[in-house]
Amino acid sequence: MPDGASPDRPIDLSRAPSDEIKPSTCYMCACRCGIRVHLKNGQLRYIEGNPDHPVNRGVLCAKGSAGIMNQLSPAKLAKPLKRTGERGSGEFEEIEWKEALEIATNRLSKIRKSDPKKLAFFTGRDQSQGLTGWWASQFGTPNHAAHGGFCSVNMAAAGLYTLGGAFWEFGEPDWEQTKLFLLFGVAEDHDSNPIKLGLARLKERGAKIVSINPVRSGYSAIADEWIGITPGSDGLFVLSLCRELLRAGKVDIDFLALFSNAAHLAIDNPGGGDHGLLARNEEGAPLIWDRRSNSPVAFPGDCAAPAMQGSFTLPDGRKTVPAFELVARRLDEDSYAPEAIAERTGVKPEIIRRLAAEIAEAAFVNPPIRDELWEDAWGREQRQVIGRPVAVHAMRGVSAHANGFHSCRAIHILQLLIGAIDRPGSWRYKPPFPRPTPPGQKPTGKPHQVVPGKPLPGPPLGFVTGPEDLLLSEDGSPQRIDKAYSWEAPVAAHGLMHMVIANAWRGDPYPIDTLFMYMANMAWNSTMNTGGVIDMLTDKNPATGEYKIPFIIYADAFAAETVYYADLVLPDTTYLERWDCISLLDRPICDAHSAADAIRQPVLRLDRDVRPFQSVLLDLGARLGLPGMVKEDGSPRYPGGYADYIVNHERKPGIGPLAGFRGTDGQSHGRGAVNPQQLERYIENGCFWRAPIPEEAQHHRFANQAYLDWALDMGFIERPAPILLQFYGEIFQRFRLAAEGHGAIQPPENLRARIARVFDPLPLWYPPFEDESNDDAAYPLHGVTQRPMAMYHSWHSQNAWLRQIHGANRLYIPEAVAAAEGIADEDWVWAESRHGRVKAQARVMQALNDKTVWTWNAIGKRAGAWNLDPRAPEATKGFLLNHLIDDLLPEQGGYRFSNSDPITGQAAWYDLRLRVRKMSDAETLEAERADGAALPRPPGLQPPPGRLLYRGGEEGAAS
Amino acid sequence: MTSLPRYPSEKKLGLVIDLDTCVGCQACVVNCKEWNTGGYPAPLSDIDAYGAAPQGAWLNRVHAFEVEPKDGNPQIVHFPKSCLHCEDAACVTVCPTGASYKRQADGIVLVDEDRCMGCGLCAWACPYGAREMDPGVGVMKKCTLCIDRIYNEALSEEERQPACVRTCPTRARHFGDLADPDSDISKLVAARGGMDLMPEMGYRPTNKYLPPRARREGRTGEAPRALEPANPEGGFLAWLDRLLSD
Repeated sequence: MPDGASPDRPIDLSRAPSDEIKPSTCYMCACRCGIRVHLKNGQLRYIEGNPDHPVNRGVLCAKGSAGIMNQLSPAKLAKPLKRTGERGSGEFEEIEWKEALEIATNRLSKIRKSDPKKLAFFTGRDQSQGLTGWWASQFGTPNHAAHGGFCSVNMAAAGLYTLGGAFWEFGEPDWEQTKLFLLFGVAEDHDSNPIKLGLARLKERGAKIVSINPVRSGYSAIADEWIGITPGSDGLFVLSLCRELLRAGKVDIDFLALFSNAAHLAIDNPGGGDHGLLARNEEGAPLIWDRRSNSPVAFPGDCAAPAMQGSFTLPDGRKTVPAFELVARRLDEDSYAPEAIAERTGVKPEIIRRLAAEIAEAAFVNPPIRDELWEDAWGREQRQVIGRPVAVHAMRGVSAHANGFHSCRAIHILQLLIGAIDRPGSWRYKPPFPRPTPPGQKPTGKPHQVVPGKPLPGPPLGFVTGPEDLLLSEDGSPQRIDKAYSWEAPVAAHGLMHMVIANAWRGDPYPIDTLFMYMANMAWNSTMNTGGVIDMLTDKNPATGEYKIPFIIYADAFAAETVYYADLVLPDTTYLERWDCISLLDRPICDAHSAADAIRQPVLRLDRDVRPFQSVLLDLGARLGLPGMVKEDGSPRYPGGYADYIVNHERKPGIGPLAGFRGTDGQSHGRGAVNPQQLERYIENGCFWRAPIPEEAQHHRFANQAYLDWALDMGFIERPAPILLQFYGEIFQRFRLAAEGHGAIQPPENLRARIARVFDPLPLWYPPFEDESNDDAAYPLHGVTQRPMAMYHSWHSQNAWLRQIHGANRLYIPEAVAAAEGIADEDWVWAESRHGRVKAQARVMQALNDKTVWTWNAIGKRAGAWNLDPRAPEATKGFLLNHLIDDLLPEQGGYRFSNSDPITGQAAWYDLRLRVRKMSDAETLEAERADGAALPRPPGLQPPPGRLLYRGGEEGAAS
Repeated sequence: MTSLPRYPSEKKLGLVIDLDTCVGCQACVVNCKEWNTGGYPAPLSDIDAYGAAPQGAWLNRVHAFEVEPKDGNPQIVHFPKSCLHCEDAACVTVCPTGASYKRQADGIVLVDEDRCMGCGLCAWACPYGAREMDPGVGVMKKCTLCIDRIYNEALSEEERQPACVRTCPTRARHFGDLADPDSDISKLVAARGGMDLMPEMGYRPTNKYLPPRARREGRTGEAPRALEPANPEGGFLAWLDRLLSD
């Protein structure tokens, strides 16, 4: 009825949106935002950001807001499964938990009693590595890691070995004071909401944002300046900036001399076993040259006059050069000149020069300075706090290359050169960082440490400082199945998840019995050479008829592709159905101003026969009699599952998974006795805990006594010793010396040259290995992927809302390439590498490096997986670039190395070289038919509903 | 056909969307969906949700456009779009049943679903394509400015904002009264040169867009185009000696 006279019709404007609000922590990606979950009639009504939470301060991204559909997903596993058909067939039977746990216990118990190494336990993006790593070490296998080797270990390792911190969980830009922000190749699910909040703040303040990224999307879209760099050349670009700053004298030499090893004297003894090591006195203190007395003094000594260049002979006759001069000479090499790098980086020399000038201006012209007396941890009185308002954030785009470690380290060299480390306006540490450079924990798993029936003496992962720390068997071959901490990947701080299946299949370095994986979709998107990996998982030994990887246990909440290759499937809960802790022992959620940790609480009651994986792991541990998981009488130590462990486990006296509300009265923070009411206290506080860092402890934390004392109090460090910034990478020189024939532990012949080349104490750029063997005429393009902001890994294709946003990925092709190949939007193309080819639909793009194609990561799905219709666009039009990426490099001297960084072993999957070709009409018809075989629906899953009329618990749910 | 309010509304509630900071993350899109599927326009249905052609009702979508300025690098602009709550709302005047209406009190354009017969005329009339036929229910859905939040006394004062505004991680969305020149968002529009979308069409949209700020690709501040070598003749580290001997 048309009615213009009184248009306002009665509406109930104050309807209570929910019956109950429960705080918890999001798990729709790795960001770990605080959420408030609204429930109505026991169903999810609304999930919003928690305004009080330090990570997201009330905002919530698309993924977090789609949590409702994660819970409603028809791809949720419902009951343990035992394989009945061939691997990959999808033929399973549902079994009871009792049987599932007996199968696992029997298998693992035999392994533990005979050779614990035969268990490879690898987890994906889980946020319980504090537990999983401990479990592996209690089991006694060194073969454990999470997914860092496939993600950003180069960034983490370069940072920890140089600054004692890195990006994301290690540190963040000073959003309030920085004037110039350099953003490199970010993965947009890493620290996603804090970075978005920070970018907004920079925009509000008028700071300049420069994005260095082959693709101008997402954050790059709003940057003031976009530098569309060619993949794999970030290090070259950064070192060229360093060179320009150095030649102009725009260097914070005082900072370097005070807080880094730049003034330390490197021994100049070419050919000698001590060449390139730092000279030390008899007490082991490093020496610097005092220009006033013209004599060596032990660091810190009198830093008013340290020599930063020159040649100095010590009283004992050793010749030395200050490390700074060695770094400076490297940077001054012509190969880093702006003109020399223009071709490889795709960046014009004038842009490098201008950006160097902008960095110098932002860092040194009118920096924020405040008078403040503070004592540094070497006992030197400092009178000012000087800002250097240039901040950096970098992530996987720089990391995932065979030169990634050095490229990441180059970024830290730039920060060090201008003194932009934990000072006002710069990148700043988040607790519990800085840690020592590197942290003191060594990897365990040497032959004598792997004993049947016994735990390892420490965690499987750690930080090596020389060849003596490598995990090598008696004959020098790798001790771990992924070859981490061998000469193939000596600084493998996160392991090499991406090599586990290939190595286990080959039996190189040895065969294993059981592969146990959690939330790692390694039969699909979390692997290189996807097709090959699927074959390896199903390949049998012709002599015995047994699978080459004899037994596979897989735990996941959803019917991911990898489920189909498991012999035993342990179904997990969703993040809204269980207890969890976001622990400082694992991957912390602190910020530059405070320490923080958090929990998840079960918001919903379980409606299927699944169990939280962490509780299952503790149960298995008790059944296996793992020392930390049983009491003296052999009964389970944590009968209450993960929640019991979270509250009652102590890693060291007074230090447990949660740092907040400790002590019997809940008043202790950091260290303190177990508090039986701890979880209740967290819930009362919004499921998180936050402890502000004293104001005077928020700068120069590597050497700020006030900070170090606070960190000791909180239990983050064992002693309040200063942390020396490693401008010069002496540790790497130790490996190089071994390669040059010094010391008892030396690399095998086929690795000597490579170790000597890449283990360089100085900043370095070398071409990615794929480039060195690439036929540029055949494969002229680079190929990279990005993570969409509205989608996380493979998880979200089962999410009815998110798949409407990203249901089929396109291959984005630069305009000139598309024109040359006659490719238009939506055309079907072949993307071809030396390793294989995939079909894709094209999208022509201008805001893209002219030698690069890219696509969204992990959108493409196996037909039938994730309980999607086999005709879903994810299966028919989506594609994975992973199929094009070989897990091995081309043969060299009769051996094929892993396609990884030679220092850390990080998967070099952004080194992909390829070409694109438009399909013929016949090929296009074939591509559009897409009628490949579909994976069947596993037992326990129902056919998905066609139509969703979700009302948030108002009246029924899906129909 | 349906009439607009006889007098202009005393309030003009609306959104101001900052195209300078929108990174296209889709947070507003999905948070809108989850609030509203259980809210005033419930449900926002999805059909073929796990199938070959999933399609749902969304009250807010973000589009991305590539633009190539004459001078300078190509740019991507993310463009969130929802109902703009026009003063001359064609979707209202075209409605044959009176289902679409514009509120006198605050200018919000709503659909009274009990009166909607799903003819779709309003979607045709909307110059911005901001209305969506719910594929599962067959009635028209549109942005309500979260009318069941903004006045909701069951929510705290801070929560009485549209869901999209509350959740936006780059703080690119702002809500308020654009009829009040002293409101925060009116001041923001004035300061940043907020614009109407397609003003030439004459629908007088309430929502405003803040244009991207000029991208500073060149120099910042007083920085020169290149640094001067510190010691053209004395060797590349000669500046160091001079510095340290001071």
